[in-house]
Amino acid sequence: MIAFMTRRILLGLFTLWVLSVVAFIVITLPPGDFVDDYVANLIGDAGFGTPVAALLEENLRKEYGLDRPLIIQYYKWASKAAFGDFGFSVEFQRPVWEIVSDKLLMTIIVAGATILFTWTLAIPIGIYAAVRHRKIEDYALTFVGFIGLAIPDFLLALALMWIGYFYFDFSIGGLNTREYVTAAWSMGKVVDMLSHLWIPAIVLGTSGTAGLIRIMRANLLDELSKPYVVTARAKGLKEWRVVIKYPVRVALNPIVSTAGYLLPFLISGSVIVSVVLSLPTIGPLLLRALLAEDLFMASSIVVILGAMTIVGTLLSDILLMFVDPRIRMVKN
Amino acid sequence: MADGEMDLLEDEQVFVAGQYQLMWWRFRKHRMALVGAAVVILFYTSAVFADFIAISDPAKSDVDVAYLSPQTIHWFDGGFSPHVKELIGSRDPDTFKKVYTTKPDSHIPIMFLVRGYEYKLFGIIKLDRHLIGIDESQNEERRAPFFLGTDVQGRDMWSRMVFGTRVSLTIGLIGVALSLFLGVTLGSMSGYYGGIVDVVIQRIIEITRSVPTIPLWIALAASVPRDWSMIRIYFAITILIALFVWTDLGRVVRGRFLALREEDFVMAAKIGGASDVRVIFRHMLPNFASHLIASTTLAIPFMIISETALSFLGLGLRAPAISWGVLLQQAQNVQTVAIYPWLTLPAVPVTVAVLAFNFMGDGLRDAADPYGN
Repeated sequence: MIAFMTRRILLGLFTLWVLSVVAFIVITLPPGDFVDDYVANLIGDAGFGTPVAALLEENLRKEYGLDRPLIIQYYKWASKAAFGDFGFSVEFQRPVWEIVSDKLLMTIIVAGATILFTWTLAIPIGIYAAVRHRKIEDYALTFVGFIGLAIPDFLLALALMWIGYFYFDFSIGGLNTREYVTAAWSMGKVVDMLSHLWIPAIVLGTSGTAGLIRIMRANLLDELSKPYVVTARAKGLKEWRVVIKYPVRVALNPIVSTAGYLLPFLISGSVIVSVVLSLPTIGPLLLRALLAEDLFMASSIVVILGAMTIVGTLLSDILLMFVDPRIRMVKN
Repeated sequence: MADGEMDLLEDEQVFVAGQYQLMWWRFRKHRMALVGAAVVILFYTSAVFADFIAISDPAKSDVDVAYLSPQTIHWFDGGFSPHVKELIGSRDPDTFKKVYTTKPDSHIPIMFLVRGYEYKLFGIIKLDRHLIGIDESQNEERRAPFFLGTDVQGRDMWSRMVFGTRVSLTIGLIGVALSLFLGVTLGSMSGYYGGIVDVVIQRIIEITRSVPTIPLWIALAASVPRDWSMIRIYFAITILIALFVWTDLGRVVRGRFLALREEDFVMAAKIGGASDVRVIFRHMLPNFASHLIASTTLAIPFMIISETALSFLGLGLRAPAISWGVLLQQAQNVQTVAIYPWLTLPAVPVTVAVLAFNFMGDGLRDAADPYGN
């Protein structure tokens, strides 16, 4: 067990290192850098191409270290990032962590709401579909589930936007009404956010819910045909008690243990949806950083998301070993 | 003939039928999969004959009909004669929005196999016939009917969506071919040789899978130079998508190879002096080719969604290329969606194509499983 964990943690760290190198290289691939844009935009009045502009450009490059070779830039950034200092964002003129931490909280809130939505919907529906196996309700739910799996989530966001605008006269997008966006945290802001949160939760949760319904249904069907269920029924227990008391508990096992995967999956998957719904999460921030060639900011976001994915996967593996003794045996 | 004899005959047929014959019989029983397959074939046919199905040149802009909402088709005029009314465009004096009214007594008949703009079928055969349209010699303004409306430049949405089929659906095919190549080559090496090769390839797969796909993807797509030609961007995006998809196939192939490696027929082939490449491709691969086909089919919809999402964000293909994602880029904000809702229409073929591929792939997977009924 300890050997397995050590191996996993080492591999995780190695993955993170590879990811940071790849992210750094990829982000510097496009020709030009941030200073090019900055100089072209801001010193137009000093005269582009004049000696003053050239001097300013050179000074800026020096200040941000952009005149050094890539490997030194990487070393300077990575050696600090390893201890939580992600550098300075040239686009926002603030430390990266200051901007990211704020959005990270929102990202986790959205992901949490999505998980809540997914579970409260998928588990009862999955149970219902399994109990009504091969009946019309089962087929109907399976079909709906298929459609839920097939619709790309950003298109669902678009459709909801359209429906909201036309039928409910309600502008979908963002997590807060305009008055609350910059306001400090208060009871009012939390309530306001909750009234907006359900939309991204539906958009992001639909495909996951459909998938989970299928898993839940399949698990429960396996359990329901086992002899102990027949025994319980023969003893004269009420049908719902027969189902809920033991088979559902067993069928829930794999769902609980894969929870760890869900969080990183949602965080990485919400990037595109966040852009469409203009949510104040980390997705639009990454897009903006990439387009502005804000090297430190973009690499940091990719690495932070990567770290969350790796930690999430690790957690769910550990959880899996706790929940299911069979896996523990194999790993040893 | 008695029933018993019939059964016997059918049984005998089953015994002598080839593997693909059996697969087809099983696939046929799956209604939704058949429907899915039909829809997929329809989509690819329209990709091939896009010029014929399109009503007007997808690149032809005409600002006089910009942001035209889908035109109503009137079915009756005395007898049955489908037609559209002539348009009069003007501007709303308050909002400067384009508004269109129709001439009530005008009558532009819709016909089949009409002459329209010239094109080359398969790039060689010169043609000017189109499936539907209006007789341009009768209609002075030479304006095709816009059944699905027009975009900001007055380009016909129907024709653009038909042309979008080409790019959106071939990206899926080429991308899947690429990831199949990567997955089969690396997966088979990993499973066949084992040892250090296996360890290295397995680590590569593990790392690729634990990387947060979408953020890195966006980073990669953003780094594709903007001045590249359309074809180069097309292939760059395809390769990009394939780089993340092959790992699934790689794992499947490796698992199968590990199981097959110990079989007697592999040993026999080796003793018979067959080279490694021959053992892998001639003896082992055909054993799970059908399974691979199914997995591949299920990977295509993922590719289609990926391309659409990237182009939608403005990181994938860019105009003048036409794909469903590029078309959807116009519908990115609520304002556009609210005022010009028909610009969201390209979402429909995306969803239908993805559904069709999913149903077809599901059917294929069941049919390819030799242990199913």
